[in-house]
Amino acid sequence: MVTFLDIVIAGLLLGGLYALIAMGLSLQYGVARVLNISHGEFIMIGALTTWTLFQMGVSPLVSLVICGLLTFGLGFIIYRTIFRRLLKSSPSIAAFEGSSMLASFGLMFIIQNIVLIIWGPEIRGYSYLAIPVDLAGALFGANRIVTLGFAIGIGLAFYVFLSHTRMGKAIRAAAQDQATAGLMGVNINHVLALCFGFGAALAGIAGVLISMSYPVHAFMGFEYTIIAIIVVVLGGMGSIPGSFIGGFLLGLIGSIVTYFEPGLALAAYYAIFVILLWVRPTGIMGK
Amino acid sequence: MKQTTIDIKNVRTLGLLLIGVLLLATLPLYGSPYSVIFTTSIIMYIVLTVSWAIFSGPTGYLSLATAAFFGVGIYTIAILGEEVQLFAVILLGGVASFCLALLVGALTLRLKGVYFAVFTFGLVELIKHVLLWYEIKFTGTRGRFVVVVDNTTIYYIMLAILITLLITAFVIRRSKYGLALQSIGEDESAAAHIGVNVNVVKTITFAISASFMGMTGAIMATRWTYIDPYGAFKSLYSFMPVLMAIFGGLGTFYGPILGATIFAYLEELLITEFPYYYMLIIGSILLVTILYMPNGLVGVVQRLQRRISGGRGANP
Amino acid sequence: MRILEGEGVTKRFGGLAAVEQMDFHVDQGEVVGLIGPNGAGKTTLFNLISGVLVPKPGRIEFKSENITGLKPNQICRKGVARTFQSVKVFSNMPVFGNIYLAALFGNRNNLTSAEAAQEATDLLEFVGLSAVRSSSAQDLTLANQKRLEVGRALATKPELLLLDEVMAGLNETEVAQTMELVNKIREEGITIVMIEHIMRAIMNVCDRIIVLHHGKKIAEGSPEEIATNETVVQVYLGE
Repeated sequence: MVTFLDIVIAGLLLGGLYALIAMGLSLQYGVARVLNISHGEFIMIGALTTWTLFQMGVSPLVSLVICGLLTFGLGFIIYRTIFRRLLKSSPSIAAFEGSSMLASFGLMFIIQNIVLIIWGPEIRGYSYLAIPVDLAGALFGANRIVTLGFAIGIGLAFYVFLSHTRMGKAIRAAAQDQATAGLMGVNINHVLALCFGFGAALAGIAGVLISMSYPVHAFMGFEYTIIAIIVVVLGGMGSIPGSFIGGFLLGLIGSIVTYFEPGLALAAYYAIFVILLWVRPTGIMGK
Repeated sequence: MKQTTIDIKNVRTLGLLLIGVLLLATLPLYGSPYSVIFTTSIIMYIVLTVSWAIFSGPTGYLSLATAAFFGVGIYTIAILGEEVQLFAVILLGGVASFCLALLVGALTLRLKGVYFAVFTFGLVELIKHVLLWYEIKFTGTRGRFVVVVDNTTIYYIMLAILITLLITAFVIRRSKYGLALQSIGEDESAAAHIGVNVNVVKTITFAISASFMGMTGAIMATRWTYIDPYGAFKSLYSFMPVLMAIFGGLGTFYGPILGATIFAYLEELLITEFPYYYMLIIGSILLVTILYMPNGLVGVVQRLQRRISGGRGANP
Repeated sequence: MRILEGEGVTKRFGGLAAVEQMDFHVDQGEVVGLIGPNGAGKTTLFNLISGVLVPKPGRIEFKSENITGLKPNQICRKGVARTFQSVKVFSNMPVFGNIYLAALFGNRNNLTSAEAAQEATDLLEFVGLSAVRSSSAQDLTLANQKRLEVGRALATKPELLLLDEVMAGLNETEVAQTMELVNKIREEGITIVMIEHIMRAIMNVCDRIIVLHHGKKIAEGSPEEIATNETVVQVYLGE
């Protein structure tokens, strides 16, 4: 017997993951103005790297650190080499948003197919923390609860980082107004590259967590990119708290719709997405 | 003086196009069956790319809805193909896409930049998943069979669509509405303030471009015999025209044609044997184009021409 | 005769009133100056008149016809044209194209392309841009871009022209040239409302001045009256 509470818990477990994925994208779009379509590929890199390391006996919890650093570095370098150049040559921010989105499409193809050449298209998985845990009468995998814990923990840490540290304040200043932030002595290029790196790191970490509960393969990324975009639109483009809340909201919606009509879950996501963009493009948290 | 140079250029372009059309029209007479099928694929990409560029080129609205209109065409023939005559179904596919685009255009006029892009993208996915749910729930099967049409007929219909499209694109470009579209891309509010009815111009152009995608979907579907929502509303069909147009050169008339031809050729060459390398190459080309060739291949060619001809052609 | 009349025109952004309960009128053939500190609501008022924004509540009449709620392109074709505070020329189009386009779409007599081209050529001469007609608009100096905007607005054959800081950022000579242009436009019988911060220009060119402050009209009168009005001197001139 599935109770309402079970649906809510399932929704929160799913939502935590969504929130984590979306926060990274939100940071990249909100500050660096890159709607990064290759976001999911960083998730995929995190997941596949974790799988490989697991085969070598490395615990996924250790992989969290390794993959976090790896994807951070990758994101940082990609920003410095590609997006910074693009930003310089763009006549306006609007033009940059368009061309950077397209460039990230290119990146998606590149990363995905390099991975395919290295790892191949096989679907892989491993078993970690797959112990059933009793939550309010229903059973959930411990790995999914760990995922939720990390998502909330990272979300909160991120919030504290943004609101209480010097670097966090610089990032928020840059999100408000790049030109003014530059005048205030914030090294804008550095901040933008860091943000892109942080966003990629969040994706990489999410990938590690995903690999604990779901199968991993080279094509998995795009699906998560879509989820991230939907959540980011739901929470208000570029608002990190919005993405956090939006992630849980979408998880809940998904869980409820799945209960009534499993075939409509994805359709429901897109319906919310399309309707929201239409009536309230600034999102639920937008001004 | 300026006027005459433009005219000469146009006459030359027109002449080249006529020769091209003549060669294409007689292809089934001298070409192998394979070459007919191959050329049909190239034409399909050209049509999708040029029709995408009619709207998105001048206005700068990045539409990712191509797959939606293409898919609507595919489903039109899947549903009506048995009962209605082929040409009528193809036209209906165009009309259905036209209507959908009118609706979408009217709803999304306010959305700008990446918002419009992600909206149109979401639209494709929404249609795909609702349709999938509907098919499984109410018809009990995932896919449908499509009437079979012989390859030469498909080829000639695609060619006819291409020619109609090129004429349409050319006329729009030369008409005052082409200028209006361009002004919308430059500054939408300024365009409205000099009397351009931006909403109507945008929506109608969007719908015209969609109708060609719909017709293409309808005829091309006959080649695949069996279709399902995933195959019909593949988001790759939304992305490819964008890539091809940007690669070729968005601002020009023949840039998208050039881009589509090269990409389609590359696809045919690589996709069966090296699919990963094909996608890798596509990604790299896109990235390099955006970073180093803002005006696409045509821009590069023009720059080269200028350099070769020295001062002569430098200031047209 | 009144060409433009506003009644209780109000516009709020969130809770903030950018323009509040404003009554105003412009007579045929007048040059009216709109002054006030930054954020006083001047550009918002232009946006309300030209249809970018809709007053709520409030009512705007042009030639005794209610134009409240009409779209910018409709209001343009009724005979109201404007320029923009931050120039909005079609940068990648030639100078000629900018004006030609306006003549083609903005003129309510629906000109043929030949007529529109003729009109554009005449207007290029009128605003003094004939020499650069084939240049890309983005290559013009700021002063010339502002002239181009005026020319483009004129190409729609307006009866009322709204000029939003056409002199801002220009040097002395350019300001003088623009003042001359404004006078030339008025001689054509076109009514003008202009937002301007350059007092010398406003005092010289305008018949009447309206002073805005925090979205309200605080004074109105001839340049002499405004120059000596105590409230105005306090909030604006005397700052």
